[in-house]
Amino acid sequence: MNRLKTILILILAGVLLAGCVSTPPAQVQPTVQPTATVQPAKAPSTLTLNGAGATFPYPLISKWSSEYNKIKPNIQINYQSVGSGAGIKQITARTVDFGASDAPLTEQEYANVSGILQIPESLGAVVVAYNLPGIEKGVKLTGDVIADIFLGKIKKWNDHRIISLNSGIQFPDEDIIVAHRSDGSGTTFVFTDYLSAVSPDWKSKVGKGKSVNWQVGLGGKGNEGVAGLLSQIPYSIGYIELAYAKLQNISYSYIKNKAGNFIEPTLETTANAAADVVLTLPAGDTSWSSVSIVDAEGNNSYPVSSFTYLLVYKDQVDQTKGKTLAEFLWWAVHDGQKYSSGLLYVPLPNEIINLNEKTIKLMNYNGQSLIQG
Amino acid sequence: MGNHSFRDRWMNIPKLSFFSRSKLSGDFIFEAVVGFFALGIIVLAFLLFRELFIESGISKNTFGVSFLTTSTWDPVNEIFGALPFIFGTMVSSFLALLIAVPFSLGIAIYLSELAPEKLKIPLSFIIELLAAIPSVIIGLWGIFILAPFIRDYLAPPLSTYLGFLPLFQGPMYGLSMLTGGVILAIMIIPITSSISREAILTVPIHQREGALALGATGWETIRIAVLPYARSGIFGAVILGFGRAIGETMAVTMVIGNSPRISESLFSPSYTMASVIANEFVEATSKLYISSLIEIGFLLLVISVIVNIAARILVWKLLKVEGGGRA
Repeated sequence: MNRLKTILILILAGVLLAGCVSTPPAQVQPTVQPTATVQPAKAPSTLTLNGAGATFPYPLISKWSSEYNKIKPNIQINYQSVGSGAGIKQITARTVDFGASDAPLTEQEYANVSGILQIPESLGAVVVAYNLPGIEKGVKLTGDVIADIFLGKIKKWNDHRIISLNSGIQFPDEDIIVAHRSDGSGTTFVFTDYLSAVSPDWKSKVGKGKSVNWQVGLGGKGNEGVAGLLSQIPYSIGYIELAYAKLQNISYSYIKNKAGNFIEPTLETTANAAADVVLTLPAGDTSWSSVSIVDAEGNNSYPVSSFTYLLVYKDQVDQTKGKTLAEFLWWAVHDGQKYSSGLLYVPLPNEIINLNEKTIKLMNYNGQSLIQG
Repeated sequence: MGNHSFRDRWMNIPKLSFFSRSKLSGDFIFEAVVGFFALGIIVLAFLLFRELFIESGISKNTFGVSFLTTSTWDPVNEIFGALPFIFGTMVSSFLALLIAVPFSLGIAIYLSELAPEKLKIPLSFIIELLAAIPSVIIGLWGIFILAPFIRDYLAPPLSTYLGFLPLFQGPMYGLSMLTGGVILAIMIIPITSSISREAILTVPIHQREGALALGATGWETIRIAVLPYARSGIFGAVILGFGRAIGETMAVTMVIGNSPRISESLFSPSYTMASVIANEFVEATSKLYISSLIEIGFLLLVISVIVNIAARILVWKLLKVEGGGRA
């Protein structure tokens, strides 16, 4: 009797274990196998490209994924938005086919991944947003004033340095409350890159990075966290992505650029900044660590913006997959750009597309170029 | 195993020889299987500890003890000190206990001793349901409802009447150590109150009858006969709540303000160990940076282990002194 019981228990345990270890084969769908092998001259098999990286371009890349799947139904593109850092780690370890990062690889990161290509696939702008009851968007600010606010040197809204930039606006005698990102992010990188470019004081005290040592303020997690702080706290100031500010109707400032004009952040003024620097950009297979489009020269260029990059290997190890990847990238930087503005991303200027064409043509399998173009 | 096998222990059967049937019976296999499961958890915990220890090596070599005693957290120049995070975790968790313990005890006493039968089950069910709310939901509620409420209605009277204490000085923006403590308190009330209730329910009925027979009032019965008897169980519940508070990440990250500075005021923003890992780990790329974040994780684990061991020791001591109590 007892024996029967224990046998029963064991059988049950065995079934449970089996349930944990493997799923019944009937549920495995052949279409989602990540490493589809080459099947020449047969019905097209499904091929999956896996990517991982920055959260900023995620909506754009998923749009591309679904649109590209309509054109080529046998190609599937999966993108995990795990953060630029994790994206760089994964492409370095070759666990994904492409990575994505909001900042170019640093010298150290670049040295760790031999033969990587950096392809700017879109542009993002960061706006300085605020909550000033009764005051709409368009408060004019300069780089050094923004730096001093975020350093805690300018403490009040009616500081003479703010008033002197904005004749006609009545500023309240209230403390400025600074809101910044608490999580590591490309948005912080772009913002601190800009402040480092325009304020020597900022550069020496804080510097640029995805996370920095903030001197003052409250930290919110994600764009939504900072936007939440801004909407909750009157007289606060913070920085968020342009797209997020537009969608949430948050007031943002116009910032003085290098040419001396106060520029409203829009898709066009951001694209102008990219077009300004195109002549100075390096080739796609060299280090981009010093590339920055903040504080651009042009008359009508918004000064706080940056590229966001796709990362792929120059030497592909799988011919079919490499060719598919190259073709997808080619499509993304050409036809794919028409989906940008709808999602409030900045379409690449033609000069950058030309540069990307050269870079994508460098992709090869055993020395054989993977795309003709 | 051998002379401590399942059958021997429970059925008082004399030990059989090595080749006996019982040795290879289903019981033996069963014992091996469940023993494997139990050991598996211990091995897993050990591996976790080991991995964190090894991975934090670079940071330990670079900063040594100063990691625990300095307050600069500068990812750009790679200078890391964890003191503000340790401070934030400990203070917010103690604050949470300070708020949660009276509430939890009140709930436990009401539910076990005073509530009408009809209310007991639905009430305890609802309180336990509170523990099932995902912490991100509590965090969102914290940002949009609790933080403005504390800023507009709780902070002004505190600074008016208790403003002479450094604890309640300075401006209050809603996101603060105080808000973090309140959120944590709300999150640990379900666990502390339901375990305290269990502890009180285990008090034998004759304890109460004895006290009542001696002429004690309801309150006196609870104070003299019930609470001392259940005190080690209640203490255990409080420690479990503390354990949950120091490890809680999402909700507290959303309301504490994420500013790594040590301030006397509960109105200032602060930062916890779990929060900084959640915030910065994904985008950390340099080895020293990652290693420093892992060292914070290691410290968090060490603190939880110390808290739990201290709790056990205290419970044992209480048992010895009180005699009557039970774990």
